[in-house]
Amino acid sequence: MTGPKVGIIGIGQSDFKARRRDANYTELVREAVALALADAKRGLEDIEAVVYSLAPDALLGIGNAERLGVDAVGARNKRFMRINTGGSTGLSALAAAHSHILAGACDLVMVAGADKVGECGDSQTILNKIWDPTYERALPLGTITMLAMSGIRYMHKYGMTQEDMARIVVKNREHASLNSHAHLRDLTTIDEVMNSRMISWPVKLFDCCPQSSGGCAMVLASEEYITKNKLDAVWITGVAHSSESYFIGDRMGNGFTADHADAQALGEACSRAYKMAGVTDPVKQIDVAEMYAPFSNTEFHAIEAAGLAALGQSPAMLREGYFKIGGGNPVNPSGGTLCSNAIAVTAMVRVAEVALQVWGRAGGHQVKGAKRGIASGNGGDHQFFGAMVVEA
Amino acid sequence: MELMTRTENWNITYKHALGETASWFFTQIRDKQEIYGRRDPKSGRVLVPPRAFSDETLEPTNEWVKVGPKGKIECFTIVYEAFNNLPDPPYAFGYVLLEGADTAIGGYFKGIDLSDGAAAAAKLAIGTPVITRFAKVRTGDVLDFWFELA
Repeated sequence: MTGPKVGIIGIGQSDFKARRRDANYTELVREAVALALADAKRGLEDIEAVVYSLAPDALLGIGNAERLGVDAVGARNKRFMRINTGGSTGLSALAAAHSHILAGACDLVMVAGADKVGECGDSQTILNKIWDPTYERALPLGTITMLAMSGIRYMHKYGMTQEDMARIVVKNREHASLNSHAHLRDLTTIDEVMNSRMISWPVKLFDCCPQSSGGCAMVLASEEYITKNKLDAVWITGVAHSSESYFIGDRMGNGFTADHADAQALGEACSRAYKMAGVTDPVKQIDVAEMYAPFSNTEFHAIEAAGLAALGQSPAMLREGYFKIGGGNPVNPSGGTLCSNAIAVTAMVRVAEVALQVWGRAGGHQVKGAKRGIASGNGGDHQFFGAMVVEA
Repeated sequence: MELMTRTENWNITYKHALGETASWFFTQIRDKQEIYGRRDPKSGRVLVPPRAFSDETLEPTNEWVKVGPKGKIECFTIVYEAFNNLPDPPYAFGYVLLEGADTAIGGYFKGIDLSDGAAAAAKLAIGTPVITRFAKVRTGDVLDFWFELA
């Protein structure tokens, strides 16, 4: 990438939990904002614009909750916009902030949000409502069933087993045990995953992400501002999105362009981000990956979309320990979406975690010597994909 | 200190207009027990459920094509967990490529013993032939039909 860069100068994230009865929604946003501003060593008055990270309203139960959130980010009399691309919202919000800065509109932009998914009682009821009322709403579609079906196709195509899925859970829980912000931090075993109750074949309880409460905020700044103020930063060197069309049934049958087994559009997003960052060989050039994968099986196609394994090869590589901390290409050293999912900010946390890694500030789950990483976000019915490359 | 909560419920009724294409499609299901797709004029692909326009060219689709009732399973899942406002488990559903169609349509799989997940999953394997069955009383809805093993 040539030309001026955008840096990350501050990060704040909650300790994600099932419930936060001590704080209402805006208080949770405020918590992340305070942490990010302190980390950036900036005051609220320094922030010129806020991009607000907020997924579907019904998950929170507040219509257009950015109306309340504007107070918690101190955006009175500032540029302010909400971004929503479902599960990829947090990464899309960061992309919007990045554009604000590269366009020369602002030097210092904050991205912030929070979610309290647990308060809706049952996110699948709400996520069923993302399907088209004309043809598909009457079916019991949800994100679990949609991605269970992706798993069925991936198994059929490449021979993944339920034990392979369980290995993802074991790995990510081990990583999460080292990350104080993660929601599910208990170690588990393949047997324990296999014996957890079946939710939506072949996805079992332990193959599923939790419904998390918590917030995340990040402060982005122009290269000129960072240099002038002698600030410590890591750099966003690649950012891209790619989308898939709506109908799942179009990703199978005859003559499809993307197979529902895979994450073809995520692959496009990663390729575009790599191109912008000058990454030509991700296996060698990417030290750490935080790939959005809310169900164990989806981490495999995400790893492949990021170019860290050939199509269908990631389960065998995982068996060899390839994606663990200390392995060839560590994936989700934070424990990932599988261990914490506050939907509105989950994709932002992916970028925050890569930023902390390349900064050398990831603590217990630090990947030694990490200098360049990739983060991703998935939204809609496996439709809206974002990818971001962050470098020291 | 005591930390309090408030209970809120959203209960909103919508009356969604389905448009000309979906209305004709559902009328054929209700009155004739027939499923139709629409042909994308450029690619020649038959889109089921029928779209009024191609998502590749945005040009209108130009022909009704009768599809099914035979088909093959493209993917499935079997749900064993109860979710609020969704059917009581267990149930199986997924997507089927009907004969004459190029894209798969969603529907329930019925007539399969779901008590043993592994055995049921083996019966629903990708590529398995199925037949479309229609309800005796039909209202013009995707739930008017389902799939059974052929």
